[in-house]
Amino acid sequence: MLSLVLRRLGSVLLVMLVVAGMSFLIFNYLGDPVNNILGVNATLDERDALRRTLGLDQPTWVQFWRFLERAVVGDFGISYRNRLPVLELILSRLPATLELVFCATVLALGLGIPIGVYCALRPRGAVSRVLQIVALVGISIPQFLIGMLLILILSVELRWLSAFGRGEVVQIGWWSTGLLTESGRQALIMPVITLAVFQISMIMRLVQGEMQEVMRADFIKFARARGLSDRSVHLRHALRNSLLPVVTVVGMQIGSLIAFAIVCEAVFQWPGLGLLILQAIEYADFPVMAAYLAFVGFGFAMINLTVDMIYLFIDPRMRRA
Amino acid sequence: MPAAVVSVRDVGRSFDVSAPLVQRLVTRAPRRSVRAVDGVSFEIEEGTTFAIVGESGCGKSTLTRLVAGLDTPSEGEVTLLGRLGRGPRLQMVFQDPVGSLNPRWRIGRSIAEPMPERLSGAARQARVAELLQTVGLAADDAAKFPHEFSGGQRQRIAIARALAAEADLLLLDEPTSALDVSVQAQVLNLLKDLQDRLGLTYLFISHNLAVVRFMADRLAIMYLGRIVEEGPAGRLFDAPAHPYTRKLLETVPDVDNPRRARETEGFEVPSPLDLPGGCTFHPRCPLAGDRCRNERPVLRDRPNGTRVACHAVTD
Amino acid sequence: MTRPVSLLRRGLDSDLVWQFRQAPAAVLAAAVLLVMVVCAVAAPLIAPHTPFDPGSLNLMDSRLPPAWVEGGNPSYLLGTDEQGRDVLSTIFYGMRISLAVGVAAVLLSVTIGVTLGLVAGWFGGWIDALIMRMGDVQLSFPTIMIAFFIDGVAKAVMPPDLHQATRFYVVILAIGVADWVQFARTVRAATLIEKNKDYAAAARLSGVSSLRILFTHVLPNTMGPVIILATLGLGVAILTEAILSFLGLGMPPTQPSLGALIRVGNDLLLSGEWWISMFPGLALVLLVLSVNIFGDWLRHALNPRLK
Repeated sequence: MLSLVLRRLGSVLLVMLVVAGMSFLIFNYLGDPVNNILGVNATLDERDALRRTLGLDQPTWVQFWRFLERAVVGDFGISYRNRLPVLELILSRLPATLELVFCATVLALGLGIPIGVYCALRPRGAVSRVLQIVALVGISIPQFLIGMLLILILSVELRWLSAFGRGEVVQIGWWSTGLLTESGRQALIMPVITLAVFQISMIMRLVQGEMQEVMRADFIKFARARGLSDRSVHLRHALRNSLLPVVTVVGMQIGSLIAFAIVCEAVFQWPGLGLLILQAIEYADFPVMAAYLAFVGFGFAMINLTVDMIYLFIDPRMRRA
Repeated sequence: MPAAVVSVRDVGRSFDVSAPLVQRLVTRAPRRSVRAVDGVSFEIEEGTTFAIVGESGCGKSTLTRLVAGLDTPSEGEVTLLGRLGRGPRLQMVFQDPVGSLNPRWRIGRSIAEPMPERLSGAARQARVAELLQTVGLAADDAAKFPHEFSGGQRQRIAIARALAAEADLLLLDEPTSALDVSVQAQVLNLLKDLQDRLGLTYLFISHNLAVVRFMADRLAIMYLGRIVEEGPAGRLFDAPAHPYTRKLLETVPDVDNPRRARETEGFEVPSPLDLPGGCTFHPRCPLAGDRCRNERPVLRDRPNGTRVACHAVTD
Repeated sequence: MTRPVSLLRRGLDSDLVWQFRQAPAAVLAAAVLLVMVVCAVAAPLIAPHTPFDPGSLNLMDSRLPPAWVEGGNPSYLLGTDEQGRDVLSTIFYGMRISLAVGVAAVLLSVTIGVTLGLVAGWFGGWIDALIMRMGDVQLSFPTIMIAFFIDGVAKAVMPPDLHQATRFYVVILAIGVADWVQFARTVRAATLIEKNKDYAAAARLSGVSSLRILFTHVLPNTMGPVIILATLGLGVAILTEAILSFLGLGMPPTQPSLGALIRVGNDLLLSGEWWISMFPGLALVLLVLSVNIFGDWLRHALNPRLK
C-alpha cells in the first residue's frame, strides 16, 4: 500500500517536472525573459540590470532552477498584453472557470447517476429507451454546437437569456462569484448545460452499464435470496459496487472539463481562464501561456492523485497491493 | 575420435527477481536473484544425442536457450565448434507445436524462411517440397496453414524447417511431450532416422526417461540448476550412482516387473529462491550426512566412465 | 498467384462480411460515411458552385437563407454565407479538408505509436521505460489539451504568413502527436507476446535480422487492434480538428474545414443567420457519428471477447 502511494507520488512528480520543463521552455526560449518580467516598456538600464540578476549567462539548469523557485511562489512575470502580473491575471480569471466547471460537475453527477440507475433497472421501458438515444446523441455532438444551438433557441429566438458574459458578479476577497446575483445565475445556465451534456450522457451510460453488470453478479442474487427489499438491493449493494469505475471516469472527466471549458468560454465569451489563454495565443503572450500550462498541469496532476487515493480508499482490494 | 560440436564450460545464469526499486526502498528488502543454471559443463560429440533430464524448473530449458544463443550466460562460455571453416548451424524444435509456427504464414513460407537469400523462388519451392517429403508429409502441403495440421505433423514441419537451415545441431526441447504416445514414437523414429542419414547432432531435453532411453547416447541428470550425474546413457541406466538418479529411475514404470516397490515422493522440490546449503539434494536424500549439509559436492570421474557429484558415492 | 476475382469472392464470403450484414446500424453508418466520403473526394466535380473562386461570387447573393425558406434562392439549396458562398458547396469542400486532416493525423499517430510500441516491446530495458513513462505523462492530459497547446504554441511562435501557409500541416502534427500513446501501448503489449513466440526464436536462430523479424512476424500480428483503434481515433481526430478550427487555431476561413465554417457562422448566429453554421455542424455530427458507429461495430466484430 505504502509503496503504491509512493509510486503514484513519483509519477505525479514526473508529470509536474515535465510540465515545468515545457513551461520553462516557453517562458525562457520562446519569449524573451526580460520582457516577460519587466513588460515591453522597460528602459535599457532596467533591462541590463535584470539580465544580470536573472543570470541569463548561467547554464540552463541554473536558469531552470530559478524559474522553478519563482514559479513556486507564483511569480510568472508580467503579461505582454495587459502589462499586469500574470499571477494577478490568472487569479482574476480562475473563479469564473472554476464556478463553471464545478456547476457542470454537480449537474452531471446529479442527473447522470439517477438516470443511469433508472435505465439500469428498467432497460426495456420506453422512457429509458428514449433517454439512451438522447445520451448517444449527447456524446456525439461537439460541445460548441450544443452551445450554439442553445444560443439560437434561448437567446435569438426566445430572447430569454443573454448569450454573453457572466452577468453581475459579487467580489468576495479575490474571488468573484456569479452565484449570488440573479443575472449571474442566469448567465451560468447555458454555459453549464453546454459543458455538462457530454458528461451527463457519459456518466449515465457508465452507471447503467456497470449496474447492469453488477446486478447479474452472484452476491446480488444472494442478497435477494436473503429477502432484502428491492430498494436495499438496488441502492446498498448494486449501486455502491457500480460507482467505483464512475469515480475514475469522473476524475478524468474533470480534467477534460477544464480543457473543454476553453471551447465553452469561447462560445459564450465567458471571462475565464480559457478565454485568457486564447487571447494569450492570439497575441503571443508567452508569460501567460507558460503560467497557464503550469497551472493546468498542476491541476491535472492533483486530480489524478486524488482519484488514485479515493480509489485506494474505497476499493479494499487495492490496499493490499 | 569424433570431434565435439558443442562445448559448454562452467556456464551459469542468474535472473534478477528483486522487487521494484521503490518497494525495496520502503521495505528494505535486499536484491534477490535466482541461479537457474549453475556451473554446468559438458561436450556433445558429432553425430550423437546428448540428453538432459530433470524435473520441471531444474534449469534445463534455460540451459537450452543458453546453448542456442537466445540468452547469454552470466558466467562461463558456450562454444560451437564447426568443421571446414564454418560454424555449425543450429536450430531448435520446440515443445509447443502450436506456438512454433507463425499462424498467418503458409507452412511453405515458414520452412523456406531460414534458406539462404541467394536461392531463387523456384529453387526454394523445390527444396521445400523435398524437405516435406523427407519428414513424411506431402509436397503440396506447403500451401496449407498451420491450423490444418495435427500436433505431430506440426512437429514434422518444425523439423523440416530446421533441416532447411542446413543445421548440423538440433536442440530438441521436449519435442514430443505435447503429443499422443503413438505419435510420439513416429516423431522419435523420424528423428533417429534423420540422424543416421544426415549425421545430425542432437541436444535432447526431456523429463521422460523412457523417451531418453530410446534416444540418448550420453545423458546428464540436472537438479536445481546443476548436473548431478553424467555419462554414457547405457551405463547410467544400468548402474545409477547418484541418489537422485536412482530416485528418478525408480519412478519409471518397469514393464518386466510391474509390482516392483516404488517409493512415493512425499517431498516438495525446494524453491530456487531459497536453495539449501551444501548439496542441494540433501533434504530429500536418504544417504545425507553432515558433510552434505555443509559442503557442495563437485562432479568426479568414476571408474565406469561416468561422472557424479555426491559425497556418499565418491567417498 | 492471387486472382482478384477469387480474392473478392473469398472476401464476400468471409465471417466479417456476414456479421456486417447482420448489423443494420453499422450498414447505415457505413452507407452515410461512404456518401460523405464520395461527396468530399468529388467535391470539385459535384459541388453546385465554386465557393473559393472570388470571380464567381456575387455579394448580392450573400446571406441568402435555404431554398425552402422565404427569400431563398433555388440555386443555393442550403443558402449562402456573408461572402455569397454557397453553403452546400462549402460543406463539400469542408468535409474534404476535415477528412484529409483526420486521416493524415491518424496515420501520423499510428506511425509514431506503432514505431515506438515496437521499439519499446522489442528492446525493453531503459528505452522501453523511457517511452512508456513518456506515454504515462502524456496520458495524464486530455488529447484535446495537448493538441490545443502544440497548435497554440506553433501559432504564437511563427510569423503570421508562415503560419498561414503551414496551418494544414501544423494541425495534422498537433493532433497526430497528441494521440500516439494508445497505439504504442497496444503494439507494445502485442510485441511482448509475439517476440517470445517460438517462431520468432526459430527465425532468430536462422540468422534472420531483428528488423526483419519485427516486420515479417511481429508487426502483422499486431495490426488487428491497431486498425480498430485507428477507426475509432479517426472520429476523435476529426472532432479535435473541428474544435481547434472553431477556436481559430486550426484551418483558416480561406481554406475552411467544417470547424472553420462553423466558426464563421458563429459570428452570424446572433443576427439570425443560423444556416451558415448549423448545416456544417450537422455534416460534422453525421460524419463523426457514422465513423464512431462503424468503428464500434468493427471493434465488436473483430474482438470476440466483447460479444
